[in-house]
Amino acid sequence: MMSPVSGGAAYVSERTQERLLRKRRRDRINSTLFHVGVIVLGFIMIYPLLWLAASSLKGRDEVFTRVASLIPLHFTWSNYAAGWKGFGGTTFTTFYKNSLIYAIFGTMFATFSSAFVAFGFARIHFRWRGLWFACMLATLMLPVQIQIVPQYILFSQLHWVNTFFPLLIPPLLCQAGQAFFIFMVVQFIRGIPIELDEAAEIDGAGRMRVFVQIIMPLIKPALVTVAIFSFYYTWGEFLTPLIYLNSPTLYTISVALRSFADPTGITDWGAIYAMSFLSLVPVLVVFISFQRHIVEGISTTGMKG
Amino acid sequence: MSTAVRGTSRRRVPRGGHGSRYRKGDNLFGYIFIGPWLVGFITLTLIPVISVLFLGFTRYSMFAPPHWIGATNFIQMFTTDTRYWASVRATLYFAFVSVPLKLIFALAVAMVLATKHRFVGAYRAIYYTPSIIGASVAIAVVWRQIFASSGLVNYLLAMIHITVNISWIGDPRTAIWTLIILVVWQFGSPMLIFLAGLKQIPAELYECAAIDGARFWGKFFHITLPLLTPIIFFNFVLQMIFGLTVFTQAFIVTGGAPLDTTNFYALYLFQKAFSDFQMGYGSAMAFILLVTVAAFTALVFRSSPYWVFYQTEVK
Repeated sequence: MMSPVSGGAAYVSERTQERLLRKRRRDRINSTLFHVGVIVLGFIMIYPLLWLAASSLKGRDEVFTRVASLIPLHFTWSNYAAGWKGFGGTTFTTFYKNSLIYAIFGTMFATFSSAFVAFGFARIHFRWRGLWFACMLATLMLPVQIQIVPQYILFSQLHWVNTFFPLLIPPLLCQAGQAFFIFMVVQFIRGIPIELDEAAEIDGAGRMRVFVQIIMPLIKPALVTVAIFSFYYTWGEFLTPLIYLNSPTLYTISVALRSFADPTGITDWGAIYAMSFLSLVPVLVVFISFQRHIVEGISTTGMKG
Repeated sequence: MSTAVRGTSRRRVPRGGHGSRYRKGDNLFGYIFIGPWLVGFITLTLIPVISVLFLGFTRYSMFAPPHWIGATNFIQMFTTDTRYWASVRATLYFAFVSVPLKLIFALAVAMVLATKHRFVGAYRAIYYTPSIIGASVAIAVVWRQIFASSGLVNYLLAMIHITVNISWIGDPRTAIWTLIILVVWQFGSPMLIFLAGLKQIPAELYECAAIDGARFWGKFFHITLPLLTPIIFFNFVLQMIFGLTVFTQAFIVTGGAPLDTTNFYALYLFQKAFSDFQMGYGSAMAFILLVTVAAFTALVFRSSPYWVFYQTEVK
């Protein structure tokens, strides 16, 4: 057979050859073991998700008789039709619509205001900048439970309970867990050569123009990361809508699911599985389409903590 | 000439650092840009944090103005309220068990995935998936069903001829573990951060160690672990704060039952403030949480020089 070391001139003893072949065989076995191990664990990791998807397509009896199977014997969409009717006369069309309003506006507000504020911190030398920046970083460590009671009192005095304002004002004012996003964008802007700003200013551009025309286009990758994570956050957020939205016609999908899956009165598990799975679809679609970006984003920004 | 000009201009506009020289309009524009954050910070964070302390000393039900009652809430909390202590115990148990487990899993899997193999990108994505869906109500609903007495786990156990009739969620001994498993299952995001950290470790270090005869564990304890301490530190602080304030999963999966074994701090605070409308008591609880988190953070940061190792110190 071919010697692993080619070139002819080099003398390769039979022993060395044999050792190399053995090493290669061992590598192949190791590699197979690696893939088998990783795939088995990976399967366990996503089993609950696959199980949810499969269960949502099973018939009424099959949900209980073939609990563990991932392939329904009789595919049926009836769970989706049944679940979509919702409860108390409000359908999932309403819940989906509410969640979309919250997620889309929340994401837009959070992304734009994070960029705006980050530009201020990264590029302008105003008085007490250090102090405010330190305050912002301190809020990173602040659990939401600390502010919810006074915030609730404030919003109820403004008569904003049972409206979307308490959900959308905090992201607009960078108070919905955005400290980390601002910090990330600040770091990103600091990586952009300041000569670009200066050149634009020499050409007569003001601060606002530098931000909109020079910085915004350059920080797009960071903003995509911010937007994706804001979307996850708003779509899945449970505590805030639970506290502020009282009437079912305003429920977002997470609050609606909780009422829908109330353990005291469940009869139709298939419908609950179907609606649960549907509530994850937007998150999964975003994850699949931006998968590379998300994974890279966490790997690099996480480092900066 | 040109280099001199360049040099001065560099000095005049310090790059991102702590420049002390102001330019005309900087104060105005600075505050315009950070304005949204500043207004939000003062109205929605600073004032609430201060008023939590005040409200903690009152009885307040939202229907009547706050009534000053001194330290009654705190005294009640620390002496007579056994449910409060149950919630403290459950929260500490949960955080101190789930966070180390999660980080160990994250590091172990990251080390496996840091090797050069095909499809590693796809594997990373699969392992990360639970992290993006794990905190949702949908998964919590699924969890409740998986660990129910007629649920998936008991069904699978029956398939290998182990008959278990308990509901894992209803049994006080196991309920908290269903939540620990749910949280540990989401080890994907610390895993990704560890993966990035592992890539930063210079390969020469391992080669040197191999020449010196180091085996796997030697390399792990003398190279990998010390060089990862900054990232372990970062992950630990982040996950602990998350662990101490976990809400949604417990709210849906167990609702604090059985026997308050999973009635975590955030859950009990929510019940007090928003079910019983004891806003004063809830605020007192929030204040203690604030003090605890601040003390914990300070402790971890203070202790970090003793166990966090920064590579730059050697260079």
